[in-house]
Amino acid sequence: MLAFIAKRLVVAFCVCVTVSAISFALMFLSGDPAIAIAGAGGRAQDAEAIRIAYGFDRPLIVQYLDWVGSALTGDLGQSIYFNIPVSEIIGNRISVTMWLGVLSFLLALVVAVPLGIAAALRPNGWIDRIALVLAVTGQAIPSFWLGLMAIVVFGVWYGWVPISGAKTWQGFILPVIVLSYYAMPAMMRITRSGMIDVLATDYVRAARAKGLPMRVVIFRHALRNAVLPLVSLAAVQLGLLLSGSIVIESVFALNGLGRLAWESLLRSDLPVVQAIILILSLLYVALTTFADILNAVLDPRLRGAN
Amino acid sequence: MTETLLDVRNLRVSLKTDRGMLNAVRGVDLQMKRGQTLCLVGESGCGKSLTAMALMGLLPRYANITSDCFDMAGEDLTQKPQSKLAKLRGRDVAMIFQDPTSALNPTLTVGRQLTEGVMRSEGLDRAAANARAVEMLDRVGISNPEARLTQYPHAFSGGQRQRIMIASALMGRPRRLIADEPTTALDVTIQAQILRLLGELQSTLGLSLLLITHDLGVVASIATDVAVMYAGRIVEQAPAEDLFHAPQHPYTRGLLRAIPVPGVTPRGSELPAIAGRVPGLIGEMRGCAFRDRCALGSSECASDPVPRHGDDAGRFVECFKVTPGEATQ
Repeated sequence: MLAFIAKRLVVAFCVCVTVSAISFALMFLSGDPAIAIAGAGGRAQDAEAIRIAYGFDRPLIVQYLDWVGSALTGDLGQSIYFNIPVSEIIGNRISVTMWLGVLSFLLALVVAVPLGIAAALRPNGWIDRIALVLAVTGQAIPSFWLGLMAIVVFGVWYGWVPISGAKTWQGFILPVIVLSYYAMPAMMRITRSGMIDVLATDYVRAARAKGLPMRVVIFRHALRNAVLPLVSLAAVQLGLLLSGSIVIESVFALNGLGRLAWESLLRSDLPVVQAIILILSLLYVALTTFADILNAVLDPRLRGAN
Repeated sequence: MTETLLDVRNLRVSLKTDRGMLNAVRGVDLQMKRGQTLCLVGESGCGKSLTAMALMGLLPRYANITSDCFDMAGEDLTQKPQSKLAKLRGRDVAMIFQDPTSALNPTLTVGRQLTEGVMRSEGLDRAAANARAVEMLDRVGISNPEARLTQYPHAFSGGQRQRIMIASALMGRPRRLIADEPTTALDVTIQAQILRLLGELQSTLGLSLLLITHDLGVVASIATDVAVMYAGRIVEQAPAEDLFHAPQHPYTRGLLRAIPVPGVTPRGSELPAIAGRVPGLIGEMRGCAFRDRCALGSSECASDPVPRHGDDAGRFVECFKVTPGEATQ
């Protein structure tokens, strides 16, 4: 098991190095960054001065190592637009997105798993049919529309919750529900199909042949095997939710990472974009690595040699 | 008279399908006696596995099970056999399956899978249950059983996994063991070992063993009694020796003729197969199900009921054309 974890961590490290190199390269995507910073009216001398001031005149490898080195100490550079440290800007925004993402994820999971199990126990039964309708609508309705409708109904007509913003915790209620409804169907369906497959296996039948009650058969024998694909899917879903939904954050006027990324792209504030991409990529690497390790905990066959 | 451990009369299993009711088991009478190894033989789809599942109460919800009499371990299971059997499973009747690779849960240790049943049903603590598991693993020939309790199924070979399945079935010390094609998924040398093991356990523990198979070689090596099943009914039952030496039902004779005998069957000669196909089981069937493929079949074979000729020793055959004692072959 330790060898497996070590191996996964080495792989994750390699991916991190690659990801950081690509994020670094983004700076040079649009040509010479010094000219880009100098702007349309900038003179050649200005560009040259900027090149020296920002260190663009040094060899690429030196610049990369320097950038990685400061990123490791939490220094993600200066925002070109605000001229303050990028880490400060992101620090102000990240908690909104994390709260939104984690809460939506938990809500989706809490709904998806029991519903998926219940649907699988009686395929084509009434629970299964209701779950299917919920899943199809959840996938089909665009979240911006659902968000706007929710604001009109619960914010404007009934006045139960704030219309927008994240000043109070009530402001999170609608966006969390809308976002989790978007993430729930896939997790519910994969739980359902995994459960249906596993319930038909011989080892579930063998467990029943031992005289175990159905509850034990479902939770000890079936669920453990059925959640393996869900773990991998959930890691990607959580990554998706944590990277900030630009749509949801815009509809509910939440100042999260998604909106920040969008605004920074429009302002050509490359260091901010670069930092956001780096953070989110590393987050994905961490989540998928965690999912792999969790799967290995659940399924001994994945651990390799016993 | 030996003790009867299971008595089921007129067992019927039907399954609802899109094309109508599929009557897969059409009135099976079956007794399991102490010390007996009864082999239920028949081709795929004849209802032998469904019969076993019905005896275990493991059929899916959409299966409809009825019987005139269903007695096991002093319980009358004629009404609601599926729910009443839940209490008896593991303790009074246990089952081993065809493919030991899929019948063991890959994510739980062998020790956990062996002990979970008795810890619940007998209230054993972990130490006592582990001791029982070690005893059973030792009995089925798994070496170093203590150390192997913490291993997962994938660390064992196919033959070892089937031994573990057998140990798991024996954990609750049941007196009836149902084995559904227990050697089909194993290679030939392992098959012989597993059959020998089952035979030994059957005699040392005094089990009543119901073994379901389509392999007459398996039957010949282990059975004390044989029941031949065709299209949802037992058409002939006899002590194994009698059945092999003097088969009576035309179907049984056809089956035995289809087995090549080394030194007797000429090399390269075509084996005599039974002509025709198994009848469909949807809807009601009248008369003998085998009549269309039977050389002796005539118009009277389409009437009901098919006469059953039996003797006191438990031998019987269901056929219009033959009676026991008649010289055959």
